Amino acid sequence: MKIEIDNKTYDFNQNETILDVCRKNNIEIPTLCFLKEICHEANCRICMVEVNGRLIPSCSTLAQQDMKVITKNAKVFNSRKKTLEMLVSNHHKDCVNCQKYGYCTLNKLFMQYNVTESKEFYKKNSTQIDDSSPCITRNNNKCILCNRCQKICTQTQSVSALTKQERGFETFMGCAYNNGLRDSTCVGCGQCTLVCPTGALVEKDETKLLTQMLSEKENILIAQVAPSVRVSLAEAFGENIGTFDEGRMVSALKKLGFKYVFDINLGADFTVVEESNELLENIKNNKKGPLFSSCCPAWFKFLQNFYPDYVNNLSSCKSPTEMLGAIIKNYYAQSQNIDVNKIKVVGIMPCTAKKGEKERGEDVDLSLTTRELARLIKQKNIDYLNLPHEKFDSPLSTYSGAGLIFGTTGGVTEAVLRRTIKLLNPQSNQIEFLDVRQGKGRKEVDVCLGETKLKLCVVSGLKNARELMEDIKSGKKEYDFVEVMACPGGCVNGGGQINVDYDKIDIEEVKFKRANSLYEQDKKLKVRNSSDNEIVQQIYRDFFIPSPNKCDILHYHK
Amino acid sequence: MKFEDLNEIKKKNISFQKKLKNQKNNFILSIKDDCKTKLENITEYIACDGYFALAKALLTMNRQQVVDEIIKSDLRGRGGAGFPTGKKWELCKNQESEKKYVICNCDEGDPGAFMDRTIAEDYPHAILEAMAIAGYAIGADEGIIYVRAEYPRAVERLNQAIVDASKLGLIGNNIFETKFCFNVSLKLGAGAFVCGEETALIKSCEGQRGEPKLKPPYPAERGYKDKPTLINNIETLANIPKIILNGSDWFCSLGEENSKGTKVFALSGKVKNAGLYELPIGATIKQLVYECGGGVLNDKQLKAVQMGGPSGGCIPTKFCDTKIDYESLKQLGAMMGSGGVIVMDEDTCMVDISKFFLEFSVDESCGKCTPCRIGNKRLHEIIQKICEGLGTLSDLNELENLANYIKDNSLCGLGQASPNPVLSTLKYFKEEYLEHILEKRCRAGVCKKLTKYNIMHDKCVACSLCFKICPVDAIYLDDDGKYTIDQNKCIRCGKCKASCRFGAIERK
Repeated sequence: MKIEIDNKTYDFNQNETILDVCRKNNIEIPTLCFLKEICHEANCRICMVEVNGRLIPSCSTLAQQDMKVITKNAKVFNSRKKTLEMLVSNHHKDCVNCQKYGYCTLNKLFMQYNVTESKEFYKKNSTQIDDSSPCITRNNNKCILCNRCQKICTQTQSVSALTKQERGFETFMGCAYNNGLRDSTCVGCGQCTLVCPTGALVEKDETKLLTQMLSEKENILIAQVAPSVRVSLAEAFGENIGTFDEGRMVSALKKLGFKYVFDINLGADFTVVEESNELLENIKNNKKGPLFSSCCPAWFKFLQNFYPDYVNNLSSCKSPTEMLGAIIKNYYAQSQNIDVNKIKVVGIMPCTAKKGEKERGEDVDLSLTTRELARLIKQKNIDYLNLPHEKFDSPLSTYSGAGLIFGTTGGVTEAVLRRTIKLLNPQSNQIEFLDVRQGKGRKEVDVCLGETKLKLCVVSGLKNARELMEDIKSGKKEYDFVEVMACPGGCVNGGGQINVDYDKIDIEEVKFKRANSLYEQDKKLKVRNSSDNEIVQQIYRDFFIPSPNKCDILHYHK
Repeated sequence: MKFEDLNEIKKKNISFQKKLKNQKNNFILSIKDDCKTKLENITEYIACDGYFALAKALLTMNRQQVVDEIIKSDLRGRGGAGFPTGKKWELCKNQESEKKYVICNCDEGDPGAFMDRTIAEDYPHAILEAMAIAGYAIGADEGIIYVRAEYPRAVERLNQAIVDASKLGLIGNNIFETKFCFNVSLKLGAGAFVCGEETALIKSCEGQRGEPKLKPPYPAERGYKDKPTLINNIETLANIPKIILNGSDWFCSLGEENSKGTKVFALSGKVKNAGLYELPIGATIKQLVYECGGGVLNDKQLKAVQMGGPSGGCIPTKFCDTKIDYESLKQLGAMMGSGGVIVMDEDTCMVDISKFFLEFSVDESCGKCTPCRIGNKRLHEIIQKICEGLGTLSDLNELENLANYIKDNSLCGLGQASPNPVLSTLKYFKEEYLEHILEKRCRAGVCKKLTKYNIMHDKCVACSLCFKICPVDAIYLDDDGKYTIDQNKCIRCGKCKASCRFGAIERK
C-alpha cells in the first residue's frame, strides 16, 4: 500500500501508523507521550501532522491508502510550537539544576522550536517535591502529563503506583490518596525514570553524599561496579548503545577519587555458588514450593507489597552487591588489616531500587546509578572518551562469565545451571542455555540434572511476575527455581541506566544490544563457570571453609 | 409476557389514554408547556401504546428492517453532534461479535440544560423500550443507562422502571416469547462534564478515569469492554418507539429537509417563561424566544442567544430568524448542542459571558491533552486580564490564535468546541472587546474593574436614599454638602443607580 508524505510516495503495511511510516523513512516527527507498544494515547499533541487540511496526531492514526500527509509546513510548525509554549507555561524551567539535563526531550524540543519562557501573567502550578522514596524523586512541577510513567507502571510493571488525579489544569500525576511514593505500592524499579521525557521523575540524587564521603580524608572509598553498568555508561558520552567499556569506567572511578574499584561480577559468582547450593539442598530435602532468586530488590519489594505470603520462598542469599560488600568488609579488611569503620563501599548499579536495599543490609554504604556516575564524571570535567583503560583492582575483580551475565534476564538461571549441571554431571560441557536468554518476558525451561528434573522459570518485567505469581498461587504451575528481574529485560534495561532517546531506538532494541554485549564478552572468557573462578575458590578455601559460620555474612537472616 | 397480555393491560387502562387524547399530542415527547404527560407509571405507559413498538419490532420485523426504518427516518443524534442514528446502528449491527452493548447517555452537564433529566424522570419506560429495540436491531443483550448521580429522582424512577418492566417480562429473558433477551442496568456518573463524551463515558462505565480516547476506533467497533457498543443520547432514544410504531414517514413529516423530527430546548436566562419546549427542527430562534419564551425579561432588548452550552456559541440578534437546525447553527459558529438556550439582554457583557463559559471548560477539562488542559486556562487568563482593564491589542491577537489552536489540536469534541464561546463573541462582538481594551469601558457595566458610578450633582436632590442603600458605606457627604461616591470603597454593585429616583447617578 502507498502513502504520500511531503509529496513523496512511501510503502506501508497494514496497521502501521503515520508515525511508524515516517520513522521507517527517517522523516522526523517529534514525540513526547508516544512510546512504542506502551503509550499511544495521543495526549501531548506534539506529533501533529496535516492531512486534508486537518491536524491529526501521527502517533495513533493509521496510515491509509493514498493518504496525503504533510509533516512540515507553517501550520504544523505553529501547532507544535504553540503546544510547546503551552507546556513551558506550566513547567518550572530549572534546566541548569535538572538531573535530566542533556537527556530531556522537552528541553530538546524547546531549543528546536525556539521556545523560551511564557507570558508572565500565566500562572504555574506549584507542588512540593516528593522525595519520600529512597529510590525515586518526583517533581510534578516539571511534569507534562504525558502519561508514559503511568502506562509503564501500570501496564508493563502492574504496580500502579502512579495515576492521574484531579482534572483540568489541576490534573497531576500522583500516588493514591496523594501520599508520597514511599507510602504507595511503588517498588522503586525506576522504569518511570527511564521513560519520563522531562525531569519530573528522576533517581534520588545521592551524588552529593558521595562528594562528601570523598572529602572526608580518613575514608577508604571502594567502588564496586555491577555487570550491566559497563554496557551502558559509555552511552552517556556518545558511544553506541551497548558499548562494552570496563577500562575507561575504572579509570574514571579512580579519577573521581576511589581508592579501589572492585567488580560485582565476583559477588555474582558467590551468589551463584550460594544460591545453587540452596537449590540443591532444596532438591535433596524435597522441599516444596519454588525458590525465588533474590538479587533484584524491586522484586523483593514487589513480593512484600503484593504477595507477602511468598516472601519466605525467596532465596536467603544476599544480592551480589551486598555479598561483595560483605566480603570487602570482612575478608578483605581482615586480610589487608584495614579498619572496617574506615571502609566505605559504594555500589555503582543500573538500578534505582538498590538505593532502597540499604534498608535491608549494611554492607553497601551508598548506591549510585549509572546515570549518577555519568553525571559525576561530567561534573568533574573528566574527558571520558580519552581516558586510559585501566584494570579493576585485585583481588576482588576476577570474574567468570557466569557472574557477568547476571546483568541480563536469564543470567542468574544460566549461571546457576552452569554450575549445578557440572556438579551433578561432571562430564557435561554445556555452558550456554539459549532458552533462558532475552526474548519473551517469561520463559519456562525443564532441565534434567541427573535423575532429577528441574522446572525453571525466568521472568523479567513485573507484569509477567504478577501473572507468574497468580499461576503459582492458584496451583496452575509449579516450579523449582524462579528467577525474577523487575525490569523488562533485566538489569541491562534497569531503571538507573543511561537515558536513551526512544524517538530513535525502541526499548526492545536497547535491551537486546546491551544484553548481547554482555554475552559477547562472556564468550571471550576462559572461565565461564562460577565454581572455576580462582578467587572464589581461594576465598572459600581461606575464609569460609575454615569457619563455616562466616558463610552467614552472605545470607540474610532466615 | 405474551403480546395478548400487553393488549389486555392497555384495554384495562384505556380511560387514561382517552384522557390524554383530549390534549394536543402532536409531538414525539409531548413536552409543551400546555400539555404535559408524564408516563413514569408502566400501566399508563402501556395504555399510551407503550412497549407496542417493541412488540412490533420483535414480532413483525427482522433486525435489518428495524435498522432500515431508523435510517429512513433520518433521525440524527440529539446529543449535539447530530450524527445520523441509523448509520450508527447499521455500523454496530454489522460488527461481528458475540457480545454487544447498548448504552444510553444520560450524563447531562451543560449549564442551563435540563432536557435529559426531564426525559429520564418522566419517560423512563420509553428509554427502556428504545434500548430493547436497539438491542434487538444490533444484536446486543445488555444495556447500560449512564445517568448522573446528581439526578436522584431520575435514578429512582429509572430503577423503578427497570423493576416494573422486568416484572412484566418486558425486559429480561425471552421477551414476548421470542429468543430475544435484554437486560438493563444503571451506572451512576460522578458528575464530570467530560463523561458526556462517548469514549470518556465508556471509560467511566468500565471504572476507569473518565478520559476520552482517540477515535477511530469508534465505540461501534470497539467500545465498552472492547466490544461493539451502541451509544445514543437519551433524547435520541426517546424518539425511537414512536418512529417504529408510527413509521418513518410520519416522523419525516416533522422538521426540516436535512433534520427531521423535533427537538427539546431548555430555554433559560433573561426570558419571561423559562422552561422546556419541544419544537419541530427548523423553527427559528425568534419563535423560540418570543412565542415560546414570551420575550425578553422586563421587555429589554435581546442582545444574543447562547446555544449549545459551553461548546456552543453566541448568536447575535441579527440572526434571529435563523432556523434552528444542525447546519445553520454550525455556520454561525454555534451548535445545536444538547439543546440549552440562554437568552441574553443588553445588560450582558459578551466578554464576561465568554469568560463564564471558559471558566466552565477550564474546570471540566479532563486534563488529558495539552491544548485543552493548559490552553483553556491561558485563554481564561487572557480574558480575565481584558476584563480587568489590563488587556492590550496583542492579547486580543493571542486570544484568537490560542482559541484556534485549541480548536484544531484538542483530542476530543469537548476540547475542540471549548473555545467556541470565545470565537463566536470575537466574531460578532469584537467591538466590545476593543472597548474593554482601548477605552477601558464595559458598556454593560458587568466588568467591575471597568465600571465607575458617579453622582451628578446638578440632578441630585440630596434625598439620601442612595446613602442609606449603599451596602458598603461608600457614599458620603463631602465638604460642600453634596453626596459623593468614594471610588475606593465602592464595589460597583449598582444599587445606588437602581434606587435613584432622579436619574442622578451615572455609570461610566
